[in-house]
Amino acid sequence: MIAYIVRRILYAIPILIGVNILTFVLFFVVNSPDDMARMNLGMKRVTPEAIENWKAERGYDKPLLFNSASQGVGQVTDTIFFQKSLKLFQFDFGTSDSDRDIGYDISQRMWPSLAIAVPVLLIGLLVNITYALLIAFFRATYIDIWSVVLCVVMMSISGLFYIIGGQYLVSKLLHLMPISGYDTGFAAVKFLILPVLIGVVGGIGSGTRWYRTLFLEEINRDYVRTARAKGLSEGIVLFRHVLKNAMIPILTGVVVVLPLLFMGSLITESFFGIPGLGSYTIDAINRQDFAIVRAMVFLGSVLYIIGLLLTDISYTLVDPRVRLS
Amino acid sequence: MARRIHGCTVGSGWPAAGLIAMLLILLNGCGERAWNAPYPASEAKSNTLYSSFSERPKHLDPARSYAANEYAFIAQIYEPPLQYHFLKRPYQLVPLAAEKVPEPLFLDQAGNPLPDDAPVADVAFSDYEIHIKPGMRYQPHPALAKDDAGVYRYHQLTEEAVERFNTLADFPHTGTREATAEDFIYQIKRLANPRLHSPIASIMAEYIVGFSEFASELTAAGDNGGFIDLRQYRMAGVTQLDRYRFKVRLRGKYPQFVYWLAMTFFAPMPWEADLFYSQPGLDKRNISLNWYPIGTGPFMLAENNPNLRMVLARNPHFHGEAYPLQGEPEDGENGMLDDAGKALPLIDKAVYSLEQEVIPRWNKFLQGYYDTSGVSSDSFDQAVKFGSGGEANLTDEMLERNIKLATAVETSIFYLGFNMADPVIGGDSEENRYLRQAISIAVNFEEYISIFLNGRGVVAHGPLPLGIFGSREGPEGINPVVFDIEKGKPRRKSLQEARALMAKAGYPNGKSIRTGRPLVLNYESASAGPDSKAQLNWMRKQLKQLGIQLVIRATDYNRFQEKLRKGTGQLFMFGWNADYPDPENFLFLLYGPNGKVEHAGENAVNYDNPEFNALFDQMKNMENSPERQEIIDRMVDILRHDAPWIWGFYPKAFSLYHDWYGNVKPNLMANNTLKYKRIDPATRNARQQAWNPPVVWPLVLLVLVLMASTVPAMLVYRRHERSAAR
Repeated sequence: MIAYIVRRILYAIPILIGVNILTFVLFFVVNSPDDMARMNLGMKRVTPEAIENWKAERGYDKPLLFNSASQGVGQVTDTIFFQKSLKLFQFDFGTSDSDRDIGYDISQRMWPSLAIAVPVLLIGLLVNITYALLIAFFRATYIDIWSVVLCVVMMSISGLFYIIGGQYLVSKLLHLMPISGYDTGFAAVKFLILPVLIGVVGGIGSGTRWYRTLFLEEINRDYVRTARAKGLSEGIVLFRHVLKNAMIPILTGVVVVLPLLFMGSLITESFFGIPGLGSYTIDAINRQDFAIVRAMVFLGSVLYIIGLLLTDISYTLVDPRVRLS
Repeated sequence: MARRIHGCTVGSGWPAAGLIAMLLILLNGCGERAWNAPYPASEAKSNTLYSSFSERPKHLDPARSYAANEYAFIAQIYEPPLQYHFLKRPYQLVPLAAEKVPEPLFLDQAGNPLPDDAPVADVAFSDYEIHIKPGMRYQPHPALAKDDAGVYRYHQLTEEAVERFNTLADFPHTGTREATAEDFIYQIKRLANPRLHSPIASIMAEYIVGFSEFASELTAAGDNGGFIDLRQYRMAGVTQLDRYRFKVRLRGKYPQFVYWLAMTFFAPMPWEADLFYSQPGLDKRNISLNWYPIGTGPFMLAENNPNLRMVLARNPHFHGEAYPLQGEPEDGENGMLDDAGKALPLIDKAVYSLEQEVIPRWNKFLQGYYDTSGVSSDSFDQAVKFGSGGEANLTDEMLERNIKLATAVETSIFYLGFNMADPVIGGDSEENRYLRQAISIAVNFEEYISIFLNGRGVVAHGPLPLGIFGSREGPEGINPVVFDIEKGKPRRKSLQEARALMAKAGYPNGKSIRTGRPLVLNYESASAGPDSKAQLNWMRKQLKQLGIQLVIRATDYNRFQEKLRKGTGQLFMFGWNADYPDPENFLFLLYGPNGKVEHAGENAVNYDNPEFNALFDQMKNMENSPERQEIIDRMVDILRHDAPWIWGFYPKAFSLYHDWYGNVKPNLMANNTLKYKRIDPATRNARQQAWNPPVVWPLVLLVLVLMASTVPAMLVYRRHERSAAR
């Protein structure tokens, strides 16, 4: 197992370098350091000297990939690519264009993201599995058919509709919760209810359909027939046997997204004014603060790779037949 | 049966619904505030202003900040020597940190005083002596905290000690001291510090004696990123006369300098703050002067979370200021002088919440949770309707809520520029001038304002927005090249006249008489999104009326800027927002030596007319007078004739506010107006509760339906379990 994990980590390195090169090309070649300086220094009274100063202070005055003016290793290390992109491997994210430490901001902003993402995941999982089991129980009945129709309708609706509709209904018409905002400590709860509720409702359609498919696949297996033949109730068959055996694909779907929960949701956080990493990223894109975007892309890649690794490991935990080699 | 919990009706006796309702009550503090209130119940009756900001400020350092969204905060905290009178128009400078508005003393090359009316050519230097008010104290700040022995507590922090602090509020001790002339000088030196990239460094280097040399000296001394004690370096043109007086020496005559003195660039900065923030480790925790201001103004930044909320609270050491006693004649009738003479600020706190999306921001305003709001395009029709005379009125929905509307023509301009360096559209040949004039007639900005701005703009007839000295209203202000005057009002010339000009330009029906091919022009656009498609199509249609084929070259903003810098574009839309209310700040946009391509200046169209340049040189250093007006009139005539811009429009700002929010008078030059604002918290709280009563019955109904739906499911399950296997 350890050898497998080490090997997977080693495989991750070229992937991350690839991601790094791609983002580097996008952000530095397409958008030159001069452009970055101009964006940062504003539109008025920007002199060429100010641009040069800005670049020099942030190390953007170096060549992109190869520094012929340096000697030896410096020809590679004294470049923007090495200084800005490869340092991400040390989780040194540097500073944003507004001179804020990106690592510090990430450490502060991941908590609000988690405050929404974790309840949405857990409650959503509970609701979706329960509903899917219920549909599986009533399989091939009108309840099944209409539930599937409902799920298809729900998954066809844009997430933005749920957000705007939810805010309109719950906050504007019923006046039950704040339309947006956030606070710290216990006071945050009242701001979290609505986005969590919307997140759960918005995910019912796709989640339930997926789990229903899994359960129906299991429900026709021999061991289920055997369990029924033994006289077990349908509830016990579903919850004790079917659910347990459907855990592998469920885990696959859940574990892979666990690390990405840190990244937050771009639209939800933006609409609800949640100061998480999702709104951090979208804010950076809008302001063309590429130092932040680059850091978030890299972080997202790392977390995704961790998610895949955790998925593989979790297989061995839920199914002893799976061996990693 | 309905139940009452803490005075709230929560619906029927269903226990689950009651439970949910109780949870909501617990979270909201029933009776104190509406359930959907985004603020704590304890603040319901506080004298607090609530507003929002849509974009995180980039810089709060007064040497670097140059954006309106940053000024909204720092202008309330920092106090420069001067400010704009809150009520009087035209805009008038009055003292803020200074005792009086400084008068320049003109000197010749040898340093001898010259009379006030000395010719500009004789004036080698101008001295501005600034007397600052004694007794101005800084807000409580750890940089100024001293122990019993008088030693600064936080000036020698170790990296380990810094680990304990996440925000400035984590420092247990604070201190204060009086602001002195030395602090104002220190800030001027900071403007020259190359490390700070002050946006006005280049312009100040042109005028303040010794400014460039000071910057060079700092550069030569090297910068290791730590504290640079600027007191150790001397700037030749800035001298401290005593504790409360200092002098700034400028090269030549520059009457606009006093306007700069009304910006936070010139607010005092204690050296202790610079030292404090430069300590290693603090920047890693985002504790820097760029994020934690230290000022003498009426407010201080009590909570600084640009990702969530910025809170301004009263500065307990504020030296005091009174609401103006005088204003415009109508101000008395409008209640703008009701607080005359009262001590400022009139509110205790201002809470600005980050609101990135328009819909929640607008809904919160309607719910009464924001005291004021702009009007976005999405909500414009809901808020504003136009009367038969074209005047903007509020809709019935707004009037029912006692919402009020304030409008003001902004001191800015949006124009359609012709690149004068382009051989087809630019230059000073008669033919190309006719072409530009023809296009100026064809592009109908009245229509543009109506379609794309919901009427929020005024058609421009020249470069000077209304209210700026030199601009003309009435028939005198009408551009005769594009408009005819009909009963004293402008009427756009007909397309026939434009086509006649096209023929004179060598393009009858839009086709070149030399080649016979249609004229093709390129329009550079920095907006490529779906929202701008309609605007671009509209622009294409305007030129098509003359037979001109317009090619839209949409790109991102950086490429757009690059085209302007290199002079490779032909037509483009651009704008300018005034730094100060002086015609020089607009006319310099067309001054030849400011050309974008050759001189990297702000003259984006590269217009260069020797006569105009000479008049500009003459006008820029003059005081406002009939002579200056005469010169400006001549300059504007030249511009209208040459038509380097299509004089687009002056935007009109629309803002809405609730009736509990007082002393609202748009002041487009002053940024420090928060101190004048008044709030009636009792009315606000009553309105919020009346407008947002919790409606619980749908929640109860939903729970009932869910519970009821389980019954048939249970029955089916039981039947299924009891049935025999098939």
